[in-house]
Amino acid sequence: MRGTLLVLLALLVAPFAHAIAPTRMPTPELQARYERLIHNFRCMQCQDESLANSPVSLAADMRRQIRQMLLAGDTDQQIRHFFVSRYGYFILFKPPFAWRTAWLWLTPGVLLGVGALSAVWVIRRRAALVTRESGDEDESFDDGLTGPGKHS
Amino acid sequence: MIRYFVPLGVFAAVVVLLALAIHQAPRKDLVPSPLIGKPAPSFALPSLADPNVKVTSAALRGHWYLLNVWGTWCISCRIESPELLAIAHTGVVPLIGLDWKDSRAEALAYLHQKGNPYQQVAFDPGGLEAIQWGVYGAPETFIVNPQGIIVYKYIGPITPRAWAHDILPRLPAGQASGS
Repeated sequence: MRGTLLVLLALLVAPFAHAIAPTRMPTPELQARYERLIHNFRCMQCQDESLANSPVSLAADMRRQIRQMLLAGDTDQQIRHFFVSRYGYFILFKPPFAWRTAWLWLTPGVLLGVGALSAVWVIRRRAALVTRESGDEDESFDDGLTGPGKHS
Repeated sequence: MIRYFVPLGVFAAVVVLLALAIHQAPRKDLVPSPLIGKPAPSFALPSLADPNVKVTSAALRGHWYLLNVWGTWCISCRIESPELLAIAHTGVVPLIGLDWKDSRAEALAYLHQKGNPYQQVAFDPGGLEAIQWGVYGAPETFIVNPQGIIVYKYIGPITPRAWAHDILPRLPAGQASGS
């Protein structure tokens, strides 16, 4: 039992086994900004990983670039601009709201709206159906099932 | 009557959406470059052949050139190599190499063995110059015009077909001969 538990625990931490050698920044403030930035950029080679998690050498170079820019006093905004102007919005996990990305941000909301409207529509129709049937057949079924909105 | 066709319509819409998505999916590895139409990064890098000589963007001003990002570790670059030699042989446009994350000795041996298509090769062992160009894999090839503007980026090994259809027509030589 304890063996199984140990194996499961080992599996739990396995994803972090190839962890990237941590980079030390001179101040905690820079360190925090560095950590945040590397989590926000996509590794362009293994596209579904962030720079923070990617073991490939391009990601290491990009981390080095970020580190250098931070040490040179660049703002987060400048660093973001540096990468976006070279790799496009694709490099951001959270792209900004712009004309080109509008569909990306709006589609989920639109789909949710369409889904909600159809749900309301279907529920209303069903409710009306139940009301009519119970009205037609047996009055004893009436209580609770149909609300105050009962017709005929 | 119409309501029976509503699910069909929704289904058709989903099919179209997924078909488009699948059609786009294989292009996921081809991320369009925002640098097209923008000035190429200015650079001054040590030459592969001689560390004391610099390959500079300033010296390339006024000429069309292809910047080809490669490395000896890059398998696709080996596939591309004969085509690069053929392009160099035509003399239509000079090829400038950017040797990316490589060792100098290995790169020199590679060019000696396979033949050197490049007029100059800039050496970027640290990989920071490649980031300036938005490079995310090798080979990648940029067409730069005499004003220093990036006209086009080709991702992947240049094939004879890619040269004829994608690259040559964007060069003055290709436009003069009429496509």
